[in-house]
Amino acid sequence: MTAILEVDDLTVDFSRTTAVRGVSLRVEAGERVGIVGESGSGKSVTAQAVMRLLPPTATVGGRIRFAGQDVLGFDPARLAAWRGADIAMVFQDPMSSLNPLLRVGTQLTEGLRRHRGLGKAAARAEAVRLLRTVGIDDAERRLDDYPHAFSGGMRQRVCIAIAAACTPKLIIADEPTTALDVTVQAQVLDLLDELTERHDTATVLVSHDLGVISSFCDRIMVMYAGQVVEAGPTDDIVAAPAHPYTRALLDSIPRLDGDLPRRLPTVPGSPPFGNVPTGSCAFADRCPHAQDRCRTEAPTMAPVGPNTTAACHFPLTEGART
Amino acid sequence: MTRFLLRRIPQAVIVLFGVVTLAFVLTHVVPGDPARLIAGPNASVDTVASIHHQLGLDRSIGYQYWRYLVGLFHGDLGTSYALQDTPVASAILRALPISAALAVLGVLWEALLGIPVGILAAYRPGKLADRVTTLATLVGLSAPPFWVGLLLLYVLAFKFNLFPLSGYAAPYINYLILPSFTLGLGGAAWYARLTRTNMLEALRSPYVQMARAKGMPERVVLLRHCLRNVLSPLLTMLGMDLGYFLGGVVVIESVFGLPGAGKLTFDAIGTLDVPMITGAVLFAAFFIVVMNLLVDLAYALVDPRVRR
Repeated sequence: MTAILEVDDLTVDFSRTTAVRGVSLRVEAGERVGIVGESGSGKSVTAQAVMRLLPPTATVGGRIRFAGQDVLGFDPARLAAWRGADIAMVFQDPMSSLNPLLRVGTQLTEGLRRHRGLGKAAARAEAVRLLRTVGIDDAERRLDDYPHAFSGGMRQRVCIAIAAACTPKLIIADEPTTALDVTVQAQVLDLLDELTERHDTATVLVSHDLGVISSFCDRIMVMYAGQVVEAGPTDDIVAAPAHPYTRALLDSIPRLDGDLPRRLPTVPGSPPFGNVPTGSCAFADRCPHAQDRCRTEAPTMAPVGPNTTAACHFPLTEGART
Repeated sequence: MTRFLLRRIPQAVIVLFGVVTLAFVLTHVVPGDPARLIAGPNASVDTVASIHHQLGLDRSIGYQYWRYLVGLFHGDLGTSYALQDTPVASAILRALPISAALAVLGVLWEALLGIPVGILAAYRPGKLADRVTTLATLVGLSAPPFWVGLLLLYVLAFKFNLFPLSGYAAPYINYLILPSFTLGLGGAAWYARLTRTNMLEALRSPYVQMARAKGMPERVVLLRHCLRNVLSPLLTMLGMDLGYFLGGVVVIESVFGLPGAGKLTFDAIGTLDVPMITGAVLFAAFFIVVMNLLVDLAYALVDPRVRR
């Protein structure tokens, strides 16, 4: 398999805080990778760093390679030609990620015309086809509507159509379902699933919802305080999480089977923001299994199973995992 | 559209009626006797009384108000006290083109100076261009227009003879550049700040991130995706400014000796020329009301969300 995206030791610094501290990530062609973590874990910043969408106040370190090319070295023209054509992004809030003053058709065709060199009429025909693909009825007429005439779920479908327009090799979906109703969430995920399946598009799905991630992704990367704490195939991690944080995330997913607990278990405390102390495990203060070593030495990623790695001094054993 | 107008036009008429009433009452409660001003300090009591009678000032204020409204209904704004035998309407219509030229040029200065400067400042916040803009707009906002006007007159007209000092004659544009610039300067500073704020907000917005993620070059992001969202709120204010300026800008027309509606109002107040004051105020209010209406219509054209 060939790697579409290789991220090596990515760091992102803002003037006062460090958002991402040494994240590595590899996405193969057609693969679905999930990045999961709480707010402030650096997952969205990682996604934006890959797209080179961070504001100029951010300092990005490490290496990002896309199909072997050095993304951090792209000049503005190369960047514009790359975004939209080879890589695309779906954002969290479909209410604000479409321009309120431009017709949906304009927003859909501008990428087609620029990247695929289509003429006005051809781009419009293609836009109609795309809108139909994402399940919007009466596509021909809806192209002339403005975003406010669409519901939230419909807008996210439009956004997905825009992202998929030029059949990119990789789509980064940053919390694409978070702003949507639960009933619509599944539809949007199915749509993403279908489109990426058809063109063998790789997907990076960023979410705080391990349930969403595990239903969609082949591989999972759990982030905490700007670092990856556990990574591996979805099935392995869901069946037997090694990191206490992953365990806690899994426990906090509501389940419909078995006895209903009165309250969902939560992770006490909140993740450190910005100044993460070095020389200790970032999760130590909230970890039920923390020991002295966790507070004096930062764990590094190490194999904990045949396919999984975790950054923990005391990974949960089979016995403790059940 | 029609429903909108049907709702708004009666509102406008009510506002104008209120303005007429207020202007009429205020000019009559102000101390001072127009008849005495006309007759001069040495006039006899009889002369003053006869002037009173001529002007209809010996009747009750209610009756005078009624007569004024009836005249207004027939398109008659009355006759000036100070400018003998000059109908108020024709005096105002004569002054109006000058004020209109000044107003249009003033708004142009506001937009053409303010908006590009704001965009430039927002594009690299905290950098040199932004800091210079912040300082310049602070000065522009704080400097009183009459002082700026006098300064410009002194330097550019008196010292360097680049512009005429005062008045209004052919080629008219020469007489309009300095006053309109002075008029637009404060507004330009204000618009630069507003544009900067709106632009910063637009640049941070998800739809701009989305446009970038789509691979739109910066030029397209700025011009197609940002600028519309930045300009639509400014459109409202520019329209209101135009309406406000059209009624005559008293201070600037007085400083530059332009015989526009503002100067007319100023002189009329000096001579307690009641019909002229009321007429000028009515015209000023009329422009503000009309521009308000047009701005709302234009807003619906720019922003599809307002359209119904």
